[in-house]
Amino acid sequence: MSNAATGEGIGQPVRRKEDFRFITGNGHYTDDIARPRQTWAYFLRSPHAHAKIRKIDTRAAEAAPGVVAIFTGKHVADDGLGGLICGWTVSSKDGTPMKVGPHPILALDTVRYVGDHVAMVVAETLAEARSAAEMIDVDYETLPAAVALAACQSKEAPQVHPEAPRNTCFEWELGNKPETEAAFAKADKIVKLDLTNNRLIPNAMEPRAAIGEYDKGSGVYTLHTTSQNPHVARLVLSAFVGVAPEHKLRVIAPDVGGGFGSKIFIYAEETACVWAAAKVGRPIKWTADRSEAFLSDAHGRDHLSHAELALDKNGKFLALRVKTVANLGAYLSTFSASVPTYLYGTLLSGQYDIPAIYVEVDGVYTHTAPVDAYRGAGRPEATYLVERIVETAARETGIDPAEIRRRNFIRSFPHQTPVIMAYDAGDYEASLDAAMKAVDHKGFPARKAEAEKRGKLRGLGFSSYIEACGIAPSAAVGSLGAGVGLWESAEVRVNPTGNVEVLTGSHSHGQGHETTFAQLVASRLGIPMEQVEIVHGDTDKVQFGMGTYGSRSGAVGMSAIVKALDKIETKAKKIAAHLMEAAVEDIVFENGTFTVQGTDKSLPWAQLALSAYTAHGFPSAEIEPGLKEGAFYDPTNFTFPAGCHICEVEIDPDTGVTRIVNFVAVDDFGTIINPMIVEGQVHGGIAQGIGQALLEHGVYDPASGQLVTGSYMDYCMPRADDLPSFNLGFTKTVCPSNPLGMKGCGEAGAIASPPAIINAITDALGIRDIEMPATPARVWAAIQSRPRAAAAE
Amino acid sequence: MYQFNYARPKSLAEAEALLAKADDPKLLAGGQTLIPTLKQRLAMPSDLIDIGGLKELDFIRAEGNAVMIGAATKHATVAQSPDVKKHNPALAALAEGIGDPAVRHMGTIGGSIANNDPASDYPAACLALDAKIHTTKRLIEADEFFKGMFETALEDGEIVKEITFPHPEKAAYMKFPNPASRYAMVGVFVSKGPWGIRVAVTGAGQDGVFRVKEMEDALAKSWSPDAVASIKIPAKGLNADLHGTAEYRAHLITVMAKRAVAAAG
Ligand SMILES: Cc1cc2nc3c(=O)[nH]c(=O)nc-3n(C[C@H](O)[C@H](O)[C@H](O)COP(=O)(O)OP(=O)(O)OC[C@H]3O[C@@H](n4cnc5c(N)ncnc54)[C@H](O)[C@@H]3O)c2cc1C
Repeated sequence: MSNAATGEGIGQPVRRKEDFRFITGNGHYTDDIARPRQTWAYFLRSPHAHAKIRKIDTRAAEAAPGVVAIFTGKHVADDGLGGLICGWTVSSKDGTPMKVGPHPILALDTVRYVGDHVAMVVAETLAEARSAAEMIDVDYETLPAAVALAACQSKEAPQVHPEAPRNTCFEWELGNKPETEAAFAKADKIVKLDLTNNRLIPNAMEPRAAIGEYDKGSGVYTLHTTSQNPHVARLVLSAFVGVAPEHKLRVIAPDVGGGFGSKIFIYAEETACVWAAAKVGRPIKWTADRSEAFLSDAHGRDHLSHAELALDKNGKFLALRVKTVANLGAYLSTFSASVPTYLYGTLLSGQYDIPAIYVEVDGVYTHTAPVDAYRGAGRPEATYLVERIVETAARETGIDPAEIRRRNFIRSFPHQTPVIMAYDAGDYEASLDAAMKAVDHKGFPARKAEAEKRGKLRGLGFSSYIEACGIAPSAAVGSLGAGVGLWESAEVRVNPTGNVEVLTGSHSHGQGHETTFAQLVASRLGIPMEQVEIVHGDTDKVQFGMGTYGSRSGAVGMSAIVKALDKIETKAKKIAAHLMEAAVEDIVFENGTFTVQGTDKSLPWAQLALSAYTAHGFPSAEIEPGLKEGAFYDPTNFTFPAGCHICEVEIDPDTGVTRIVNFVAVDDFGTIINPMIVEGQVHGGIAQGIGQALLEHGVYDPASGQLVTGSYMDYCMPRADDLPSFNLGFTKTVCPSNPLGMKGCGEAGAIASPPAIINAITDALGIRDIEMPATPARVWAAIQSRPRAAAAE
Repeated sequence: MYQFNYARPKSLAEAEALLAKADDPKLLAGGQTLIPTLKQRLAMPSDLIDIGGLKELDFIRAEGNAVMIGAATKHATVAQSPDVKKHNPALAALAEGIGDPAVRHMGTIGGSIANNDPASDYPAACLALDAKIHTTKRLIEADEFFKGMFETALEDGEIVKEITFPHPEKAAYMKFPNPASRYAMVGVFVSKGPWGIRVAVTGAGQDGVFRVKEMEDALAKSWSPDAVASIKIPAKGLNADLHGTAEYRAHLITVMAKRAVAAAG
């Protein structure tokens, strides 16, 4: 049976296998799980952005009804538990490693942001835990807070960590400074731009949750949690925090309702629940409410940048110079140091042949929640900077925005950029052309004129983006400071009846792995998808894995499965050769059947599987019984999804409201396994990009450090009616570095779309810049302060 | 939430009696404002007296030249009522624009005006349509009812029973929603009726809903969008927050007023 015929093969828009369970309420999320004798945790959080804790008095709270135990930073320290870590070490220009302040699981003597964890109350019910927490008497000495990013590196700014003078964690650089300076010196034109990349708060649909358990008999700890990478969580909890040795700790990430990066990290609450479970001898459950999520999930983005682009008289880019200040928040989160450095600076070449690039990034502590990877992680910030300054260059030189891009596109591959990355394949003009056609670029002047008659302002904005996915070659990331390798694992277990379990180290929290991975396996083995089970998210089942983020699960996770399937096929052919008394070289495996070339001898898959386990008459020296193979796949390069997004907006100058009237996205993701799922990923990504560009903004009060946007009353998540109907297209250059030719699609929408939108708005208004989010109020204010000539246009 | 006693009276009289008896009681209607407040532990009433299900407060009647709406009538019911749509389509449209479907199927008109959130929609309708607010104790004119941010003329133990909306000749409500909460950042209700001409603004004022005399006078002279188009509202006394400056809100009042007059025809 051919899978193409059943509509399940690679490239088919197969409906998602997992959705029936989710839509009918049969998913198993962490909060759905109840353990016998379970208790509830509530975390008392700091109401201050910065304060010394003089004293914590828990006596009254301990006597409150239902209280089982109360833990403070002192208990954690007395138990010898380590703090939370940053798994990536970045060094400064002068060679010194980044300056890391301790990140205790519960605050010891200082709180450093509103929401910092002060105490954990464990009680019979959540309400009792919460009531008891109100009775804890914390004597705070409030201190001034460092909040406004631009001011935090001054000598006068309040200090977040004594280890990091002027709140500067690192002063990192990348690229070639002398070459860049030389190129600027001979430039015909220099374009300068100051940019803000606004802080975002992730808001996965399912908030973080944990159930910690300890089995006294075996000494095994179990943590059910909302993780994108349960094995990494286990490794950190055992090797660094010291909760339990790795073989005595099981981490299970069951169904997880969205992550967008925020569930990569190892947080205090989850850690405290599993640690304290042994202390109280009962399971401890915690589920964040939305308010806690706003305060304590790692936030994203938050950069201030100055960029300069040098051009020759023909509009050819000569060099790019960038200075960025990146907000790290109060503590380094699990991967926070890598995001504004190696995931950002390395993408500053964009799709362009820029001979010299030099970027400096200061990582700065502030008295705000930690900042770490959020959908796109570093690459949206890079893309925003590159595509905004390229558009600005087009306007200042008078060269058409499409034309200036064409003049500078990289056209031969492989291409080594000045900032580490070696692009392997791409055709940037193909996606630009396709996007311009889809948006009807030629018709734009007429549409603009028609809108003007109605008193509306139209604008068109481009974003020719590139990103690096398939994260990542272990040797490469190791040399850049990563504490882990970024390979992936897979194990294919063929059961005696022929159905198959595939264990993967990837973790699905919305991406649809149960479908796409099964499509791959089913088409390779020639069996129906329903006979393939994808198993993930449990450290007791899957031996090890690196999890899902950075659009890596296709390019890296599926490549590992391919490698394991190769081994399965090799062994299965050996068995087939034995059973059909033929030479291995003569065995052909196609559509689920083994045949001996040039004969009518054949053996169906199911029969072979059974024979593998009956093993009757196997020459056991040559063929072991059973059919199970594992593989670790380490990519040889990043993958480089790229494409072109074009946004057309119409602005109502009376109110400042921006309507996206057309949004075109043409992406090159290499091979696509399931176009329906890929389109869904792009839709979601663009929705988040529109959120960043027009709606979302994490704001702290600069004086008090209170989170102003701590709920949906003020934090504006994109809703369906904020979004246009997306106009998607695809071009294809196959990725040469992995067996399936895949590039990754999970983040592209969020990476590519913000500059397209802002370029469109600035085009419509005839202004240089507008800060994200371009809310109606900001757009209106920008219109009011336009120079008169522009206003009269 | 903190602990509280919960009662579900069978009549308004019983509700009044319970209200008089309890220590620190609170009425519960649709719960769309009160329940989130309780969940965040921002209020600690001793007793919740749930009037949300009282049939005698859930009605819409068109009689004479007015529509009477019971206090426990849900936003969705008002939005879909043939009587309201016929005699006061602007009011039906306003109700249709409150929150989301879940909020509209739980929240009530009585709860909305008793709460008097400065960004809520109904207060603008009440003020612009010269509504009469009937309580268990008296009749309060809309002009006297809304006293400031989250403040009304209601006294302890007083329950809103009914709101009477005289039919307008012309009316329309234009809401500029706060992008995040979708409450009114600026909402302008314009009307022409037996009471003359009224322009009521919600969302913008620090003290809640207010009327704009200058616009009312201008519209009395000439009922046309142009009549209000050039009236500049002073920014003083208007809200300013991360969603918009006071100047922006002042500007939006004029724009929304203009659009409301155009929509009213
Ligand atoms: C997500 C969301 C979006 C919303 N969007 C909007 C919006 O766009 N526009 C808008 O206007 N509102 C909006 N609201 C508020 C909504 O309209 C509420 O329903 C309304 O404010 C309160 O009505 P309720 O029946 O739910 O009152 P409750 O929450 O039950 O009570 C509110 C207050 O009124 C008192 N009360 C209730 N009934 C009476 C009575 N008959 N007499 C005296 N006091 C009484 C209660 O004691 C309490 O103090 C929104 C709410 C939510 C949750």
